[in-house]
Amino acid sequence: MEFKNPQEELERFRSRLAFAGGFVLFCFSLLFIRFVWLQVVQHDYYQTRAEDNRISLVPIVPNRGLIVDRKGEVLARNYSAYTLEITPSRAGNLDKTIDGLAEVIEIEAKDRRRFKKLMDESKSFETLPIRTRLSDAEVAKFIAHRYRFPGVEIKARLFRQYPGGAFASHILGYIGRITDADLGEIEKVEQDANYRGTEHFGKTGLEQHYEFELHGISGHEQVEVDAGGRAVRTLSRSAPVAGNQLTLTVDAELQRIAELAFGDRKGSLVAIEPSTGGILAMVSVPNYDPNLFVDGIDTQSWRELNESPQKPMVNRALNGAYPPGSTFKPFMALAALELGKRRPEQAIADPGFFNFGGHHFRDDKKGGHGMVDMYKSIVHSCDTYYYVLANDMGIDNIAAFMGQLGLGSRTGIDIKGESKGVLPSQQWKKERFKKPEQQKWYAGETISIGIGQGYNAYTPIQLAQATATIANNGIMFRPHLVKYVTDTRSGEKRPIEPEPLRDLKLKPENIEVIRNAMIGVNKEGTGARAFAKAEYVAAGKTGTAQVFSYKGAEHKTESMAAHLRDHALYIAFAPADKPTIALAVLVENGGFGAQAAAPIARQVLDYYLLGKKPKAPAPADEDAVEGDAQ
Amino acid sequence: MNPGFGLSTLRSWWQKLVAPLDGPLMTITALLVLLAFGVMTSASPERINPQLLNMAVALAVMRVVAQVPPQRLMHLAVPIYLLGILLLIAVALFGDVSKGARRWLNLGFMRIQPSELMKIAMPLLLAWFFQKREAMPRMRDYAIAAIMLLLPVGLIARQPDLGTAILVLAAGFYVIFFAGLSWKIMIGMAVAAIAAAPLAWNLLHDYQRHRILTLIDPEKDPLGKGFHIIQSTIAIGSGGFFGKGWRSGTQAQLEFIPERHTDFIFAVFSEEFGLLGNLVLLVLYALLIGRGLMIAANAATLFSRLLAGAVTMIFFTYAFVNMGMVSGILPVVGVPLPLVSYGGTALVTLFLGIGILMSIHGNRMLVQK
Repeated sequence: MEFKNPQEELERFRSRLAFAGGFVLFCFSLLFIRFVWLQVVQHDYYQTRAEDNRISLVPIVPNRGLIVDRKGEVLARNYSAYTLEITPSRAGNLDKTIDGLAEVIEIEAKDRRRFKKLMDESKSFETLPIRTRLSDAEVAKFIAHRYRFPGVEIKARLFRQYPGGAFASHILGYIGRITDADLGEIEKVEQDANYRGTEHFGKTGLEQHYEFELHGISGHEQVEVDAGGRAVRTLSRSAPVAGNQLTLTVDAELQRIAELAFGDRKGSLVAIEPSTGGILAMVSVPNYDPNLFVDGIDTQSWRELNESPQKPMVNRALNGAYPPGSTFKPFMALAALELGKRRPEQAIADPGFFNFGGHHFRDDKKGGHGMVDMYKSIVHSCDTYYYVLANDMGIDNIAAFMGQLGLGSRTGIDIKGESKGVLPSQQWKKERFKKPEQQKWYAGETISIGIGQGYNAYTPIQLAQATATIANNGIMFRPHLVKYVTDTRSGEKRPIEPEPLRDLKLKPENIEVIRNAMIGVNKEGTGARAFAKAEYVAAGKTGTAQVFSYKGAEHKTESMAAHLRDHALYIAFAPADKPTIALAVLVENGGFGAQAAAPIARQVLDYYLLGKKPKAPAPADEDAVEGDAQ
Repeated sequence: MNPGFGLSTLRSWWQKLVAPLDGPLMTITALLVLLAFGVMTSASPERINPQLLNMAVALAVMRVVAQVPPQRLMHLAVPIYLLGILLLIAVALFGDVSKGARRWLNLGFMRIQPSELMKIAMPLLLAWFFQKREAMPRMRDYAIAAIMLLLPVGLIARQPDLGTAILVLAAGFYVIFFAGLSWKIMIGMAVAAIAAAPLAWNLLHDYQRHRILTLIDPEKDPLGKGFHIIQSTIAIGSGGFFGKGWRSGTQAQLEFIPERHTDFIFAVFSEEFGLLGNLVLLVLYALLIGRGLMIAANAATLFSRLLAGAVTMIFFTYAFVNMGMVSGILPVVGVPLPLVSYGGTALVTLFLGIGILMSIHGNRMLVQK
């Protein structure tokens, strides 16, 4: 056994102490090297990281541009209001939270449904409104109870408001929350940074088409934030630039009168300034209230709007394709003149039908109109004249001319999603049908094309554009709703230049024939009752488009189900010698054009040309004698 | 009545009060404490008052212990150790669970953390053990020491409290090391430890593994496990050479640094005082440790030497592990920055250690060879 040697033991202990001391110095040196690495070598990198931590760029959403009519009446504006918002990811049990909130602030079933729909459409870290437009009292009430509701907050937000409610809704469109598809659009034009704080996006109408004009330029605020993301103080701020203002070609008062003229009927009216293509009024009724969409619409209201047989969400002016009926006849007559197929005085004897291959194409008037020249064919809307004419011209000649007038192709109006309609031709039929026996065009099919029936289907705006083109002596303009855009920053007004699409090079004498005949319509023909005692000369043409085809038998409109009744149409321009307005009216299931559509046109023209305001919606003239038929 | 009398009475009281205290140790400690309150004012001013209270208690403990001769401390070694083991077993059986770990024992009137006691009890016991061997310690003695060490370490690691387990293990190991365990065996054990590392990996809790993985690549989980380390390294790095200035650290003031008044207070200090501040801190700790080792070198008995050496090295372990983890070169284990972090328990333990050093110094060898 080795006993202790105190001296030796002490020496060994001290050497161990020395080793420990060395180890301590070594370890501290390691730490020091680490500190030099972090604080000297990598300092810039960590400095940047610390700044990134500290400073957050908060976008400030700009005020959306206003939309005003040609006289400055505001159609779309913004207002600021408090909303109660929930961040689902921070709120815990949502149903419980909402139930709790409902004890403090009134929350309707509608609000819950809307919130649920928003939830399905967004990510859980987004804040979503459960209630909008809180009163000051409600705000105070919530703040007193705020501690009970984590993830729920009051926010002041700008809302889009359409003061006219449903008025002109198909022109204005609406905005809604940004979707992934919208983000794609935004990326395409490299506006991502500008939309960082934006929550809404134009979905339809002008709001959609002019989204990037209306949006404006986002400002931003450099704020110092703490680890919890709360803003501690503002470091710098750049103000947002409000969106540009749209001034429309639309005359709001005219639009209002036109909408009211329909009463509770369905239909559309498009009025165009022939010399510019500027749209004076564009009606599609029934309307819908775009305000419903701004805070997010609830599922039930959405379904009601979409599934309503009235189809309020369909913009009939651009997306309703209707057979033009007899309003097609002036165009047919003009085509015949231009192609040299008819001279104005050339007359046919109308026995009341046209026999083609053993089939009788009937005229509306039993026994026929007698001798019918071009003037009479339009004024009294003689079908037989056009059966024969169509047969003489052939489908492709008709299609070529009508195509020049813009029928069957998009007009290029500044609203997205316009329909093309159907301009029938041999080519069209080949493309439309799959089976070879269906693809062939039969000569007999051309006959009813002549009176605006058959495969013919055009949108009201196409009819209005074609009418305006004749009114403007063959020079066609692109229809547009916006007159000029006012740049918020410079105050500069950028006019939307009238854009002549093409010059049809129509012979003035031919136009004169058609103009005269259309004046005759309102003087002594099918439009005479509607335009009795008019203080101006209007050129027009009535039309009735068959919805339901009867074989052989006569049909009486009164005994038919409403949705099977004929569509009433009317086209016009006035004053006839120097037109300032051209229009097309369509009343769905309205019956005869003279009965339902022409009185609406009369009210619109009376206001536009004379400033006369109607006292009641245009009455349906039940006694009107309809000369035109199928 | 006589102001001269009062003053001299006061002076004699003061002299009595400070007599057992070591001047250099007291000075270094005072500087560290001063620095601690400076950082605390920046990191968490509302904790100044409670920490002052903790400080008062800790200083009192130090003063009392400084007066207790080492011989009497030696008598306490075995009872304290046994008490500690019993309490640790009690914790394992009846302890309160908080944050997934069973560390606290509720005595009804207070909650105690027995593992803290072991930080001092462990070196005390082992120093006593080696003092009692009359012969040169042999393999068998080291083995017994190892068992006495590993028993509490195992119990603490199971709670689980890796930080404390490491500190207790280190404290015990220092005694064994200073007692003269041969280098051959230590190197052999180190090799064996490396070989056993994969096995140990399997024994670790998930959260402990995460901490080690997070150390290797904190950016992998920047908002979760890596958040602490990322934010503290950003704080340190952005501090630069001179620091951002007292109470001007954005990482600290905007609360990006987690636990900035306790385990991560070094990040606050480093952000605001920079590399220069870090150097000052390292020098102060080095001086403290140097003074402790000096006291150990001159201690009168083997017991005193071993205890002084181990207690001194505990300070080093605290400081190195804490600064290492906050600056991202060691895994995150719950070890405070000695004398600076907020918290009463660690403060009392550390001042108890300083008291022990002072007591040993007061009873040093009077004749230098």
